[in-house]
Formats: sequence, structure tokens, C-alpha cells
Amino acid sequence: MSWIERLFGQKETSGNVAKQRLQMVLIHDRSDLPPGLVEQIKDDIIDVIARHTAIDTDKVVVHLEQDVQENRLIAEIPLLSTRSGRRAPNGQRATTYH
Amino acid sequence: MSAKVLTVTSGKGGVGKTTVTANLATALAMSGKKVVALDADIGLRNLDVVMGLENRIVYDLVDVVEGRCRLRQAMIKDKRQPELYLIPAAQTRDKTAVSPTDMVLIADQLREEMDYVVIDSPAGIERGFRNAVAPADAVIVVTNPEVSAVRDADRIVGLLEAEEKTAPKLIINRIKGDMVARGDMLSVDDVLDILAIDLIGVIPEDDRILVASNQGLPLVMHGLNGSSAGQAFRNVAMRLEGQTVPFVDLTAKQGFMSRLRTLVSSN
Repeated sequence: MSWIERLFGQKETSGNVAKQRLQMVLIHDRSDLPPGLVEQIKDDIIDVIARHTAIDTDKVVVHLEQDVQENRLIAEIPLLSTRSGRRAPNGQRATTYH
Repeated sequence: MSAKVLTVTSGKGGVGKTTVTANLATALAMSGKKVVALDADIGLRNLDVVMGLENRIVYDLVDVVEGRCRLRQAMIKDKRQPELYLIPAAQTRDKTAVSPTDMVLIADQLREEMDYVVIDSPAGIERGFRNAVAPADAVIVVTNPEVSAVRDADRIVGLLEAEEKTAPKLIINRIKGDMVARGDMLSVDDVLDILAIDLIGVIPEDDRILVASNQGLPLVMHGLNGSSAGQAFRNVAMRLEGQTVPFVDLTAKQGFMSRLRTLVSSN
């Protein structure tokens, strides 16, 4: 890539891509939770929560995060507005379960 | 005398464990230490050819373990370096021919008369790896600046932690300064960020490594000048001896254009 592309941020270097991919793959390796299993957990969480309240199932995100001390499974579960069935204004977020 | 036992391992194959073992053992011997290099890669031995001692093998590691010879008889003395020895692996057996306990016993015998025992581990995380690591006082993890190699190195670091070995040291092998400068290769800092272990060596990509293994003469023996990888190996040996040797910035040797490119991209 040319320095002009780099200057204008048009293209990410392959070195950065490598680093980001490594970080993602190691989060899963270190926690012994392969990405497919996280997807299954996500489906199970959706089933459980949906039994109790209406959720926006398409927007549920479950992923692993890592910091120095621990790995965390983060679930973001947007609730549907119960009054009208529409989403709340300003994209009201559901509780995040840690 | 009580030798330090160093095991060179990596998880992934082909990253340069044998090259590192041969050059490190030779560099330590050249600095006046009594060194034995031990090939733990039973069934796929190669340290002998990299060190150019393949024609002198009579007995091997498994012969020692199974009592067909004394340890001393399996130690090939390097004629070019008076204080350097090789214990070759067996070629027609497999990893189960030796146990971790056997390795500890052999290393303990060697400790009495050597300054360093440098063990070349096989790739993988199974029996051969556990054999190689069992007697280690210190472990050197070799990786390349590649996603697959760093991932496997991370696994090795995790396994060593589980075995409660002392924190391993890292060698990053085959770095290309120009590719790092262009952003097309993981940098030393990238790899250290991810693996979070201490660095003991950065070895630049160097065509002379292949020339050296063609000849069976480790690169550090090729004279003192003109080899950046050779100097990098000598630096590792000095760091093992407790000396402070600064790490060379491999991205520094560039032409004007690539320096300009680096400058622009860092903004």
C-alpha cells in the first residue's frame, strides 16, 4: 500500500489485521470457549430471557472480552418496548449481563 | 559445576527451534562455556545435521536411556569448538522411548560437568514436548511474527504456567524490518503485547541461515562480521549470561523512502 492510502486511512495494514485476529483467536483459546459455543450460549440466553420479556433477538450480541485479570462473557440484550412493541427512543439498551 | 538446563520449544513446527538451539549452544561454547546440545526430537532428529555432526553418531539418547551405552559415549564432541557436545536423538524410535523422568535423570548427570544443557524440543504439545521441558531450569519459546506461530506460542506459555515452570523467555525469529516498517508484519511490540512474556532475542530474517545449515556450520561460527542473525544469536547468549545487551531496532536500516513512509504512517 502507498503512504497516501495510509495517510488517509483507506486501508488497514496486514500487520494490524494480524494483530487483531490474533487477539480475537487467543481470547477464545485462553478461555476454552470456541466461537461456535459462544453462539450456542447466545441462543440459550435468548430462549431464557424471551420467556420473561420481549427482546430484540436480531440485535443480541454475546462476545468474550479480556483484560489483565479475567476473561468476561458479555451479553448485550436489547429489550423491546413493552407498551407499543416499538423500540424505545434513543435506542434504549437492555441490561448488560456480566 | 552445576549446569543450567535450557529448553527451546515453540508449539508450531518450522519456526526455527533447531536453528536457535544450534546457534545458542555454539555461541555459549564460543564464549568459553561447557555446553551440550541435546536433541529431544526422537524420530525426527535434525540437530545433528544443522550442527554438521551427523556422520559421527554412534549412540543416541535412547541408547543411553535403555542402557546400551554410557551417557559419555553418546556425547559427540564438536571438533571446531572444544567445549561443545551433541547428544543426538534416535531416528528410528518414537517419543515414547523416553519418559520425562528419564530426561530429568540424564539432565542431572549432565549438570555435574557442564555449564549449559540446551535441549531442542520437538514441535507439538504432547509427550515429546513434556520430555523436553521436564528437566528445564529455563524455557525459551521461539516464535515467528505470524498469526499461527504466535497462537501456538501462547498455548505453550499457558502449558508452562500450568506446569509451574519459571516464566519462559521469548525469541522472535525471522523478523523482516522492512515489512514491519511497511505495516505488513507483526512487530516485536505487537508480539510482546499479545504474549506478555520477557523478550530475550529478536533474530532478523537472514539468507545465511540456510547457507549455514547447507554446510552444517552454525551461523555464529561463520566469523564475527557481516551476519545480523549471527550477532543476534550471540546477543541472546550474552543475555543468558546476565549481560545487558540492547535490542537492535531492525526497522532502522532503511532507505529514505521507507523512512518517509514510516514517518507518514505514524502520524
